[in-house]
Amino acid sequence: MAVKVGIAGLGGLGSNIAVMLVRSGFNNLVLVDFDTVAESNLNRQIYFRKHLGIKKTEACSEILKMIDPKIQPVTSDIRLTEQNVPEIFKGCAIICEALDSPEAKAMLVNTVLTEMPGTYVVSGSGIAGWGCPNNIITKHSFKKLYVCGDGTSDTGDMHAPRVIVCAGHQANLILRLVYGMEDEKIER
Amino acid sequence: MIANGKEMKIGAGTTLQEFLVSSGYDLCKVAVELNGMISPRKTFNDVVLKNTDSLEIVSFVGGG
Repeated sequence: MAVKVGIAGLGGLGSNIAVMLVRSGFNNLVLVDFDTVAESNLNRQIYFRKHLGIKKTEACSEILKMIDPKIQPVTSDIRLTEQNVPEIFKGCAIICEALDSPEAKAMLVNTVLTEMPGTYVVSGSGIAGWGCPNNIITKHSFKKLYVCGDGTSDTGDMHAPRVIVCAGHQANLILRLVYGMEDEKIER
Repeated sequence: MIANGKEMKIGAGTTLQEFLVSSGYDLCKVAVELNGMISPRKTFNDVVLKNTDSLEIVSFVGGG
């Protein structure tokens, strides 16, 4: 599928979203994360023990290629800033916000919506703990911004089930945007 | 003014930044859409709110 999708952050949300998109036929991905795989990531992220200490961009690409050998994700092992976001995600129709800190989430959303008109942002906010997963929803917050999550849960640890419920919301919304099931259809 | 779907009165001359701070928002963690247009953060202090405005505020929480 030609539509270019960016994923900002390859942690619990981003790594699971990447896998779901590749399984759904997406092969034009931009993957960004500055971090390496740590032991504490293995409870919810797609990585395996052999990836400990390896860049998440590298480990994620390797796993995606095991699903679709033809995929050639563009990767950036860099911390995203207001200055580099437009260049790194140039040409993306949709950008998945899957970063960790609330400040970084707000920076990415503000930068894309201000500097990259026409680009959709699909953000994740409120996934911690093991509260009721039915509180995790997809909300069409702004014209070009969708926010998935319960909007509030940030205390306690993050566990696979709720994180993956939210990642599923984000990936599903991308399919809906691309297949024209939302207000506006994205060119495939 | 309507903020996140709720109708409210806004004092004359109140800036977007004053409204957000007095409502308890952390300016580093929000994105704001005013009348269907994204409000760049550097303009928060220059935008004077009107009672006809429609405001959507998203406040992000951590975890990814």
